[in-house]
Amino acid sequence: MFGFLAAPTFIDSLLLKFFSEQTVNFVIWPLIQVGLVITITAGWVAYATYLERKISAFIQARLGPMRVGPWGLLQPIADGLKLLIKEDFIPENADRWIFFVAPYIAVVAAFVVMAVVPFGPDWAVITDVNIGVLFVLAVSSVGVLALILAGWSSNSKYALLGALRSSAQMVSYEVSMGLGIIGALMFARTLSLSGIVTAQASDSIWFILYQPVGFVIFLISGIAENNRAPFDLPEAESELVAGFHTEYSGFRWSLFFMAEYTAMVVVTAVATTLYLGGWYFPFVYRLTEARGYHNAYVVISLIVFLAKAGLILYLYFWLRWTLPRFRYDQLMDLGWKWMLPAALINIVMTAIAVTVIQGLDGVRGMRTIDSLASGLGLTGTGKAIAIAFGILNLFLTAGVLSLINWRSRDFNLKKQRRQIRLVDLPKGAPAIAPAESVSEARP
Amino acid sequence: MHQVEIATQQSLLDAPEMTLNMGPQHPSTHGVLRVVLKLDGESVIDLDCDIGYLHRGMEKIAENRMYTMIAPYWDRLDYIAAVSNGLVWVETVEQMMGLDVPPRAHYIRTILTELNRIASHLLWLGTHALDIGAVTILLWAFREREEILKIFERQFGARLTCHAWRVGGMPNDAYEGFAEDVRTFINNLPKRLDEYETVLSENRIWLSRTVGIGVISGEEAIAIGLSGPALRGSGVAWDIRKSRPYAAYADMDFDVPLGENGDTYDRYLVRMEEMRQARRIIQQAVDKMPDGPVNAKVPKLIKPPVGDYYHSIEGPKGEIGCYLVSDGTQQPWRVRVRPPCFMNLQALKKLCIGHLVADVVAIIGTLDIVLGEIDR
Repeated sequence: MFGFLAAPTFIDSLLLKFFSEQTVNFVIWPLIQVGLVITITAGWVAYATYLERKISAFIQARLGPMRVGPWGLLQPIADGLKLLIKEDFIPENADRWIFFVAPYIAVVAAFVVMAVVPFGPDWAVITDVNIGVLFVLAVSSVGVLALILAGWSSNSKYALLGALRSSAQMVSYEVSMGLGIIGALMFARTLSLSGIVTAQASDSIWFILYQPVGFVIFLISGIAENNRAPFDLPEAESELVAGFHTEYSGFRWSLFFMAEYTAMVVVTAVATTLYLGGWYFPFVYRLTEARGYHNAYVVISLIVFLAKAGLILYLYFWLRWTLPRFRYDQLMDLGWKWMLPAALINIVMTAIAVTVIQGLDGVRGMRTIDSLASGLGLTGTGKAIAIAFGILNLFLTAGVLSLINWRSRDFNLKKQRRQIRLVDLPKGAPAIAPAESVSEARP
Repeated sequence: MHQVEIATQQSLLDAPEMTLNMGPQHPSTHGVLRVVLKLDGESVIDLDCDIGYLHRGMEKIAENRMYTMIAPYWDRLDYIAAVSNGLVWVETVEQMMGLDVPPRAHYIRTILTELNRIASHLLWLGTHALDIGAVTILLWAFREREEILKIFERQFGARLTCHAWRVGGMPNDAYEGFAEDVRTFINNLPKRLDEYETVLSENRIWLSRTVGIGVISGEEAIAIGLSGPALRGSGVAWDIRKSRPYAAYADMDFDVPLGENGDTYDRYLVRMEEMRQARRIIQQAVDKMPDGPVNAKVPKLIKPPVGDYYHSIEGPKGEIGCYLVSDGTQQPWRVRVRPPCFMNLQALKKLCIGHLVADVVAIIGTLDIVLGEIDR
């Protein structure tokens, strides 16, 4: 049934006839993987734009792209071609060199993160860095540099304002994003992204159950970090025309566009890995790997991964086409007064949860921890405690945040909301024909 | 909340203030308005409106045209509400000449101007929400507006710049099936309006973007000369449909929504409620529409007697008035438009100072300006 999936094995043996084992393992296979991942990512990005247009169309009672290919399926390709052959316009007073380079920095920073994302088990990972999470955070923040360079070099006030906004926004949300992840890392006991998935797979659980608050923080910060609605201030078209890429056109513009979507895909991929079990899905292992279909296991896991990430991506679209945009200061409020405290509370609560679980292990014969081989392997009791702490954390965070913010203007908006009055004014004299009341003639 | 005091504070980091040129080609200045902003960081210290990019000299043109020929120019003042604009012109001429317009014409005029009010408010809602970032509302609002435009197309032959009226009545009677079309539309309207309110009215982001933004008190609003929803949002009870009824409004039973704090959110609520009240008026007008002719006896040459006359109606944006001086010939001696948007735009500076750039677009949106009317 899965015979055709033996292809990698076949190619492997074929390659070994021409190259040494070392060349095959460390040069050729990685190159194939890189090609594969870039293809998957680029295709994903291209069709994310298509999906976005379709989904937005359905939300807005339209049809969306319908002309190019069946249901407009070839639209992304047509768009790409169009952008490729458009004039690459450079403003006269722009800092040319920086103006040239900025889009490439953006797109490279976004793509490089994909190197450590585990799309599936075994060969579906390009490289498993043991500090994968740090790598993701570090490299994805290089994208900010591109935005600042683009905004600065354009020599346009709108672009500059957009760049300033986006850099401030991305820097602030990176803090809570990084802190929000720590909770999940405590359960995984590793920084390697593959390791985090394995920790969830071996426990047959998704970390979202242990870390509901962490997931929400990560998702909101991720959306803000991607400059997506409702946090799309840097490119708020109604205020700043197009923000940092106002002056860009043609292919360079499309690179920024691609970088934005790739960054989105990266955040969905990392969110899936950290909180939704990555490529792990119940029964897949038992039905494939356990029966000896190794490559089928990898491919199905890969599809599972893409499906989960796709769900989060859908959430992105849904939010974008439903919500209005935050204002700059409100965005900062949300970042520093809501997200950051929530992330700190989450760390403390998770630490307490982990300590309690470890402390209860062995007390009166209670078993909470199975093994520490991959992540914090919990037994049923351990899982129950962890989930209970997760739910408790939800309420606690809500309570503490309300306490911190209850005096702020935005918190009490519902109370400030007033109803309008309906009055039935008395009717005046009708404006009737005043033929006789016309005043004296003018000269 | 950003108050006016910010303007007097020391500027951020001692940086020099920045001048930002917003428009005339800017997506959210609703046409060709140019606003020169003086910014400290992102907060507005000062602003200056530069208008006139769409100036066509309507008032001067009107001095050289015959009365019937002027009417189509009026449709292009506030091109979003062509029907209301046309009404004020023909009513002014009719009243100067003392023409007795038959009641059926008055009723049809009432229905169509109220439909136009809904269309105008829907367009305002869509663009206002778009400025604040809710893109989807625009498309939803246009879906309903489309139904109104279809009715207009069937009645007038045009969708946007419909030349709706003739002096003395209507160019032709309501088309066959007019009442059914209007009924279908107003029956569908309430649930659509509820849909918009579900997305916006209780939305936290919407609230935080509109509550307390661009506050103007009733006295200040009167001093500046605001009218229409912008005035009623500040709690001033003034509606020409009530105080000096024209067309068939004297027979209609409706309420006037009034805001309390005069902020962007109140103006939003007032306009939403006005659409519901407009629906109520249409309902009554369709039910009570009398039969009979739609035209008064109009002389071949329209020559109002020597004199001057001012007439105004409650347009979707506010009081749209017409001051007409006739020297007894076929052409008016002088025509003056009382444009609601022009007056409302004057409040922009007052409303914006101390707020952020993002609020400027929200405030431009809430004033509901149309440059065709401001520049004339």
